[in-house]
Amino acid sequence: MTLNGTLQILLFFGLILAITKPMGLFMAKVFEGERTFLTPVLGGFERLTYRLCGIDEKEDMKWTSYAISVLLFSLVGALLTYGLLRAQGMFNMFGWNPQGFSGKDMGPDLAANTATSFATNTNWQAYTPETTVSYFSNMVSLAIHNWMSAATGMAIAVAMIRGFTRRSAKGIGNFWVDTVRGTLYVLLPLCLIGGTVFIAGGVPQNFLPYQIVTTLEGAKQTIAQGPVASQEIIKMLGTNGGGFFNANSAHPFENPSNFINLLQILAIFAIPAGLTYTFGKLVGNTRQGWAIFGAMSSMFLVGAIVCNTAEQAGNPHVAKLGVATQATATQPGGNMEGKETRFGIGASTLFATITTDASCGAVNGMHDSFTPIGGLIPMFNILTGEVIFGGVGAGLYGMLMFAIIGVFIAGLMVGRTPEYIGKKIEKFEVQMSMLVILILAASILGFTALSANTTYPPGTTAQTFDDKHAADEAKLPPLASWNHVNGSTPSNYLGATTNNTNNGGAHGFSEILYMYASTTGNNGSAFGGITSNTPHYNVTGMLAMLIGRFLMIIPLLAIAGSLAAKKRVPESSGTFATDSGTFVALLVGVVFLINVLTFFPALALGPIVEHYQMSSLKAPI
Amino acid sequence: MKQLRPAILLTLFFAVFAGIVFPYALYAIGLTMPKQANGSLIKNAKGELIGSELIAQPFSRPEYFHPRPSATGDLGYGTFDKDHAYAGSAATNLGPTSDKLINGIHKKTADGKDDPGNFDGIKDLAIAYRKENGMGATDLVPADAVTRSASGIDPHISPENAILQSKRVAEARKMPVDEVKKLINANTEERFLGVFGDPAVNVLKLNIALDQSKKQ
Repeated sequence: MTLNGTLQILLFFGLILAITKPMGLFMAKVFEGERTFLTPVLGGFERLTYRLCGIDEKEDMKWTSYAISVLLFSLVGALLTYGLLRAQGMFNMFGWNPQGFSGKDMGPDLAANTATSFATNTNWQAYTPETTVSYFSNMVSLAIHNWMSAATGMAIAVAMIRGFTRRSAKGIGNFWVDTVRGTLYVLLPLCLIGGTVFIAGGVPQNFLPYQIVTTLEGAKQTIAQGPVASQEIIKMLGTNGGGFFNANSAHPFENPSNFINLLQILAIFAIPAGLTYTFGKLVGNTRQGWAIFGAMSSMFLVGAIVCNTAEQAGNPHVAKLGVATQATATQPGGNMEGKETRFGIGASTLFATITTDASCGAVNGMHDSFTPIGGLIPMFNILTGEVIFGGVGAGLYGMLMFAIIGVFIAGLMVGRTPEYIGKKIEKFEVQMSMLVILILAASILGFTALSANTTYPPGTTAQTFDDKHAADEAKLPPLASWNHVNGSTPSNYLGATTNNTNNGGAHGFSEILYMYASTTGNNGSAFGGITSNTPHYNVTGMLAMLIGRFLMIIPLLAIAGSLAAKKRVPESSGTFATDSGTFVALLVGVVFLINVLTFFPALALGPIVEHYQMSSLKAPI
Repeated sequence: MKQLRPAILLTLFFAVFAGIVFPYALYAIGLTMPKQANGSLIKNAKGELIGSELIAQPFSRPEYFHPRPSATGDLGYGTFDKDHAYAGSAATNLGPTSDKLINGIHKKTADGKDDPGNFDGIKDLAIAYRKENGMGATDLVPADAVTRSASGIDPHISPENAILQSKRVAEARKMPVDEVKKLINANTEERFLGVFGDPAVNVLKLNIALDQSKKQ
């Protein structure tokens, strides 16, 4: 690891540390319904929104009602997006579709996968955006979910906090009010400021058709355009991650400079880090929030250091060819495959760690081309259940779930009924938490096993053509096979689902494992070589995203409801202090152990075996 | 289903507010910064578009600095002709133990032509880079010069990569090497705050500066 790499990590962490308290305090006010300095500007608009949308702001919802609201909101949004994507050819007015993309570019399984992906805050993208979706689709069909799912995540985190703060209460708050307030007071001002700075830094915001230029050497080059900045800022701030372009935040239009890059990674952690302080503030002991922050940040720092070290050490196969792997003042060294020059090793590995700690999933370098250990870190971060800061809201409620398991284990060790933040943790809370952990693991490992072992027969209309009639073959509709690349000629029938990987051997397995970790964890980044635009991967990926989002949210809201109904237990000399360094260590230990125990065998088949193959210079495959 | 009404209405509210109003609000703000908002496009003296400051374009002639190799489409860097459609930005997504990445693919079709699936591995790219720039067979090649970027249109190369190419460029242009190096320095972007990212040389801007210095 270079001195500069270390400095980048430490300085970034210092900035996050500095914004955690102000962000947290502000959000505490917003979600407690108090006046903020923005109320004079937005208060009227807020009340108008409630009236227009038929929201009864006085209603205090039971957890069941809250959960139903979350589900309905996500369902309505996903259906709208599915419909709009399929009909994207109809929205050609106002320069919204200068490239003339149509619903044919978005087939049923791809559109369903994409709609689910955005509605669940995953932003898995099985398509190449700049050759598939119109500006209208990007703005209205997709980016609205970046706002909606982020606001939903924050609302659920706040509902979970209310489980601890309320006593003998029936309700855990009002989902619609939480969503609207989170959007208007938190997301909107930050997006307006951030979006403006992004444009000033070179992120385009226009409705021009793709520009054709004549290069200095006389070639014709296509330069994609579009309203990029408006999508870019909410994509980072809402930890969504769905790129306007295929290369995501590696594309120079999405992320032109290191100034913008720094803002992007700060935007990813800003809300999740702030929410830990909000938690402490609302439960009446900010040290409780800092304990959660401490557990998250220690895992973040270890991950960032390991990832940087592995990538800077580079690939011995490449070093053998006389390629520089030592960094110097004038060149990056290390493993630069799939990384951008302006970001180098330091800013690329920092981004990769942050985007997978939080369930963002934007990338500024291609994780698929990382070294085995460098790629293990993003994968492991996702496998923790996205609790290292995590998605907006999702990180906090996920970590609180691990805290419940942590105090349960501590309680077992000393033989006392566990307590957390003044609430007795009983059978129901522990059962629900364990249920979530088991469901997520079953989804990741189950779908990976399925895709590592499945072969589909070709579609029934298979015909062979001689050379003379090759043109007829191209005109045929794609075959109805479950593993056929969408929108392509019949020759793209792939058969076994392992054929969709871009790499052989252990690395190919890693691509599949990463895909289901990412979809279940609602991250959305990928070992991008995998050809996932086939019905099999679109449908299984969609199921994994639904499981990962809603089968986590529902049990956790049930916990919130159960906790809110309980009385407060007064602290006694036997109470385990959950605002102490011991608790931080316990929490990190629980997260680490549960995930190592669950996923070690799978990781051993992927990145770990590949690491030994690479370092022993075994012939490449 | 008391909650269905707010679910539908609030979704529509987001569609209008976040889907239309917000992008247009930023679009309006962008009108005050037309260069950046329109993709940092560059025009020549005649007013024709010749590229974007932020997007790499292909260079193969010796008198120009060359960008990093690209994984975008058949022709690279978003260039096209009749048979090659625009394919978008892309990376190789090849892992560190991939034979294709290291050694490449070199096949012939039945009629003796190069197979369309052929691919230059890092090994081939390193040999070509050394030959092009008059380097010895064991001289170290900068990592960015023989690896494909994440976007496929990375506008930058490392300063070391530029310096290694400067001799070739200076000879082809019959310019003193020192003057070429001066232009490299002028087109190098330093780390943000001296810490974040890596120093990088913008290839297109550098090549335009070279062309302009010739005319003077």
